[in-house]
Amino acid sequence: MSAPTTSRPASPAAAGPARGPSRGSLAQRLVASAVLLVAAAAALGPVLVVLAAALGPESPAAGGGLHPENFAAAWEQGRFGEYLQTSALVAVVVVTVATVASVLSGYAFGTMDFRGREVLFLLVLLGIMVPAEAVVVPLFFDLRTLGLTDTIWGIALPQIAQSIAFGTFWMRAHFRTTDRSLMEAARLDGAGPVRILVSVLVPVARPAITTLVLLSFLWTWNDFLVPLVMAPSAQLRTAPLGLALFQGQYTQGTALLAAGAVLVALPVVVVYLLLQRHVIRGMVEGAVRG
Amino acid sequence: MAADRTAEGAVATATAAATGAAAPRRRPLQPHGRATPYLLAAPALLLYGAFLLFPLARAVQYSLYDFDGLTVGTFVGLDNYVAVVADEGLRQAFGHALVLVLFFSVIPVVVGLALAALLTRAPVRGLPAFRTVVFLPQVIAMVVVAVAWRRIYAPDGPLNTALRAVGLDGLARTWLGDFGTALPAVGLIGTWVSTGLATVLLMAGMARVPRELYEASSLDGAGPVRQLVAITLPSVRPEMAVALVLTTITALKTFDLVYVTTGGGPGTSTTVPSYEVYRRAFELGQVGSAAAVGVVLTVLVLLVTVVVTRVVDPSRRDER
Repeated sequence: MSAPTTSRPASPAAAGPARGPSRGSLAQRLVASAVLLVAAAAALGPVLVVLAAALGPESPAAGGGLHPENFAAAWEQGRFGEYLQTSALVAVVVVTVATVASVLSGYAFGTMDFRGREVLFLLVLLGIMVPAEAVVVPLFFDLRTLGLTDTIWGIALPQIAQSIAFGTFWMRAHFRTTDRSLMEAARLDGAGPVRILVSVLVPVARPAITTLVLLSFLWTWNDFLVPLVMAPSAQLRTAPLGLALFQGQYTQGTALLAAGAVLVALPVVVVYLLLQRHVIRGMVEGAVRG
Repeated sequence: MAADRTAEGAVATATAAATGAAAPRRRPLQPHGRATPYLLAAPALLLYGAFLLFPLARAVQYSLYDFDGLTVGTFVGLDNYVAVVADEGLRQAFGHALVLVLFFSVIPVVVGLALAALLTRAPVRGLPAFRTVVFLPQVIAMVVVAVAWRRIYAPDGPLNTALRAVGLDGLARTWLGDFGTALPAVGLIGTWVSTGLATVLLMAGMARVPRELYEASSLDGAGPVRQLVAITLPSVRPEMAVALVLTTITALKTFDLVYVTTGGGPGTSTTVPSYEVYRRAFELGQVGSAAAVGVVLTVLVLLVTVVVTRVVDPSRRDER
């Protein structure tokens, strides 16, 4: 689908088809195929269990057959429509702000010399490793003082900071490998730093930026701890939080709970299936570079 | 845009004037104004500093106080840290985290090695689809994963149904509610999540190994096991290090999984440090103690990253 578009070597994870099937004996290939199928089934099993439960009857009285109306019920009664909207809003804010800030800072760290660069970058690296569990406690008390708890910003700002830590690291790594002659040429044409970034570097960095957008979307959408702590009145719920609290309240409604779970997972699964190469490559490369 | 450029122009002019006066010799044009990199990095560094770095420093500060979240705390020095070591409940929580490391990290990496070695050495059709499928658990929210597995482990769930179907009724139980099985049951969910990541990472590493190495060693009479130990394992050290670090960190800071599946129970049999941070800070009002647990957790994560990386993949020592 997407040819290797950057100057970076294509990741082996996204490398082309397996080498010719001539290798290995027939027995070897049969065993490998069997293992492959079992592993795939194990990975898919729990996903199918939830899907089946979501389509099953909410109560024995509802009778057999498929019950797609569970999704409508979860959307309305379970208020998942509301939760998904909150999640979408948080995700848009976090991804937009974090991506713009990361591209700008990655550009500075990756292509410019300045005093304190090394120290500042080490501080950013530290942020990639700090678990949210450590910072969430003081964040709650300080943001409450500022009146930001129970607001979108209370949930978004800590997540923006986390995404920026990875984003700066990721964009710096990308810009460091960008062809210098491109920048030189633009500079000779009289372009300033911002102009060089916007007209020359960003178009070339599109795949790297896409991966960054995807990863920060996945992380933000799936996060649980920050929305749980930062919205104590539970008026403002992101989708995963709504699902967890729904489970606590309605212990009976297996089908509605499962339908809610599917609704929460659906956006990321769709995005993942469409762009899985970017996601896998991003995670693998990001991890290996760290 | 226009405003930006004006500001830069002004800075550039000032810089040029300054350097021009100081250095009469012709020197390469200053590539950018002196303030430019700081201005570019400022939004990121300010947000990062305010909402990650500053709270981290505050966490260290809190951890030195006996603070209930309401009244001004009293300074207690390292007492909260002493309590982490002395408190049996907390020691247990860290012990549980270590058990989870086995399930989240060690088992997936071992299984991933076997899977990846098999699949790379005996190429089969459908590898890209396989990669997509085994990686899927990695992108689904842990809360959704937890809901799915609660269903699987339920008294009338698929697991018990299957056991009864094959006549193993005696084994059927409430997996998440049983003192003996709750922690391994939670751990197995982690195995399910991590195995795909480990496999995909290791497959990427193995794809890099030149075929000729295997062919040459075959000619020398080396069997598959010998090849695995002598060629494959040393070649995938970087990927193995990454897989171990990532999955161990996930295990150490597992919160949502425990919160949704067991809430730390039954009793305290599945409580973990991250859950203790939450419980102490927001349920028990022991904010200072919670902060100390969080700081210890952070130090553990940093240690694991450094130690595992250096032990498993010594080549990295030269970097940076």
